Amino acid sequence: MPWIPRGLREGVVTSRYPRRRDGYGPVFRAAVRVIDAADATTRIEDSVAACPTGAITIHDGRPRIDQGSCILCGRCTELRPDVFRFDPGFETAELRREALVVPEITESDEVLRLASAELGRRVRALRKSVHIRHIDVGSDGSDEWEVAALTNPVYDVQRLGVFFTASPRHADLLLATGVGTVGMLDALRQTYEAMPEPKVVIAAGVEAISGGLLGRGYASHGGIATTVPVDVFVPGSPPSPFSLLYGILLAIGRLSTADRAPGGRSPRSQGKDLGTARSDLYSEGFGMEGRI
Amino acid sequence: MSDTFVFSDELTCFATRVSEAVRKGARFGGLFATREPSGTRLLVLLEEGAIISTDSVVVQDAQPQYPALSLEIPAAAWYEREIHDLFGIEAIGPRRLDPLVLPTTTGSSRPRTGSGTTKGPIEIDPTPLSAHLRGEGVFTIPYGPVRSGVFESIEYLVETPGEDILHLRARVFHKHRGIETRFEGMTPADGVLLAERYEGVASVAHAVAFSSAVEQIAGVEIPEGAGLLRVLHAELERVANHLESVIRHCEAAGQAVAFARFSLHKERVQRLRAAISGSRFGRGVVIPGGVSGPPGLGASALFSSIDQVEAGVRADLRLLMATPSFADRLRGTGIVSPEVARQFGALGPVGRGSGQMADARIDRPYAAYSLLGLRSIEHRLQGDALARQRARMDEIEGSFHIIRQAIDRMEHLRAGKMQWAVPVDLKLNGQSIGWAEAPQGEVLYIVQLEEGRLTRVKPRSASFHNLAMFQAAFPKDVLTDFAFIEASFGVSIAGVAG
Ligand code: SF4
Repeated sequence: MPWIPRGLREGVVTSRYPRRRDGYGPVFRAAVRVIDAADATTRIEDSVAACPTGAITIHDGRPRIDQGSCILCGRCTELRPDVFRFDPGFETAELRREALVVPEITESDEVLRLASAELGRRVRALRKSVHIRHIDVGSDGSDEWEVAALTNPVYDVQRLGVFFTASPRHADLLLATGVGTVGMLDALRQTYEAMPEPKVVIAAGVEAISGGLLGRGYASHGGIATTVPVDVFVPGSPPSPFSLLYGILLAIGRLSTADRAPGGRSPRSQGKDLGTARSDLYSEGFGMEGRI
Repeated sequence: MSDTFVFSDELTCFATRVSEAVRKGARFGGLFATREPSGTRLLVLLEEGAIISTDSVVVQDAQPQYPALSLEIPAAAWYEREIHDLFGIEAIGPRRLDPLVLPTTTGSSRPRTGSGTTKGPIEIDPTPLSAHLRGEGVFTIPYGPVRSGVFESIEYLVETPGEDILHLRARVFHKHRGIETRFEGMTPADGVLLAERYEGVASVAHAVAFSSAVEQIAGVEIPEGAGLLRVLHAELERVANHLESVIRHCEAAGQAVAFARFSLHKERVQRLRAAISGSRFGRGVVIPGGVSGPPGLGASALFSSIDQVEAGVRADLRLLMATPSFADRLRGTGIVSPEVARQFGALGPVGRGSGQMADARIDRPYAAYSLLGLRSIEHRLQGDALARQRARMDEIEGSFHIIRQAIDRMEHLRAGKMQWAVPVDLKLNGQSIGWAEAPQGEVLYIVQLEEGRLTRVKPRSASFHNLAMFQAAFPKDVLTDFAFIEASFGVSIAGVAG
């Protein structure tokens, strides 16, 4: 078998996340945020109009971004770099739809605590191993690549006791990608119903959260939340494998609260400039350890 | 059946002209419909080497039928089904117009995209496919729409009426998102973002084809640097897609180590794409008028990462193809005969495994391809999964060759003053066709603009065109080959369903 030595030659390529931070994490455009100190009061309407998904709204004279519909096109950051910036990192998933709107609508920690406690009770049994059923409900096809990448040697989710299963009857977690097409709604509902309790649903990607750029239409429901109850929302268009992994770990309660900085962004990645991060990425061999 | 219908001279002549052109050797590029105030316009694209010509006719609302082109051109059959689903007009011929992208309930209205449209509620009928055949010894196997792995949703129904015969029917409406309608009223700048999501694994090719159409309407030439960066991204996209196809083959063959190795190579390509553009799928790079900005990596960094990826891919491909259990599994599997491939005008690697060599990069160079040397690909006629796989391997090598030239040229340009985009008039009017060679084959975009707003966009993916031949690759009852044949077609369902 000439394959085996070749496999070993690469050295360790597998990420150690979440036990250790991963070099690839902070280099990725993951979310847009409003710069705190920005004077966002002047001519901000231009950015609102330029946003292709209507993700930017204005409240009390200040802009707010719905990361559940933002497709990371970069138009706002280009137009008003003094107000909007890309937040690197991948810890973007949230337990509540409202929490994706930043800066947060003043929301008491109590609400979040309740949501995560409730989810925690449901998933207590899943600490050791978890089985995921993926379902495509109208994706553009790229989401499936990112979900499938979780089983490649770099992300290797099996090391964390996370497995994909074909049978909904053996699944604990439903991972849905796509806008929620009318043609898939029955299949989505049936798959959800066939899963045993306790079950958790992840809406993966802004398409599954809000319909993304497509929104609602004659064939699109603008996300899956009107069909099945969603527990975890993972933004991105498509979400990167690390974003998905973070969402999965969040769903099964594998992240301690210390891992979750306010707003779900790790303190280390916050504010790190993407330009320098990119050169790090290169010197680290795209963030993968071992030889390339 | 057709004799019970009397068509206007206009419609009959249209059908005759198209059949005649195809008989004389033109390639059937597709049949598309658009609503106009007085009826539904049918537009056919015919490709003859460097030239794309169009022909069109209006089907009046009083008699919403036209003579089927698929009588003589089998490739037209899926287009006729799609038009029936989306516009409610019927191709009259020997074939039944089974729903494909949008089965509606009786009385439901249809999307009827274009101008002068009135839309009522559209009701989708999600009833699963039912068996056509009954009798002793007939068995029926339904697949999907939810697949048994991390795959896109699609519904297949396999029926075996006898020992050596197999009927395979496919429907893709489960994933139909209604994107064509969503384009209406958008600006070209927003439209390109939607084009990137039509067939997400070929975002760059779709963005290039869409933008080229807009640029033709505007009468602008994109700067050379922009053309080169488009090429760089398009070729990386090709490598990633072809590696995905290899991964799917390895998975089907149970080659676990090879599966892991190629997954790793693909991940590296995706990370390289992200390092250059900020997106693992090269999204946001192509804009009407050029590209959004310079690449995020310099020439030396690009060269060394390309070298590393290529060395790994090449060594592992050589090893994989020398693994007898792998190559044997593909040899003779899922044969698309050169005759079938010609009739259907097979595109991309599926075509190139069966003697159809059309390649938009060569036939009608766009972006900066005319400045670069493209390697020719071996002419193959076996038509099996192995031939398609080898065509993809040739293309991977070819892509690396093109990428190096593009980086080199870009580096020389950079010394001078570099421009990445030219302005595009915001109040454009007109119609045009754009194209690009996606990893799956040629993508076409018909784009219509009024006062700077999109009034009609019709994307034609190679996935749609090629999947129509899927049934032809199953001449015998060999269900164990299903996964291989599917992987070797390398079709994205999103690109088929629309
Ligand atoms: S990045 Fe694009 S989609 Fe996201 S908020 Fe900014 S303009 Fe809107």
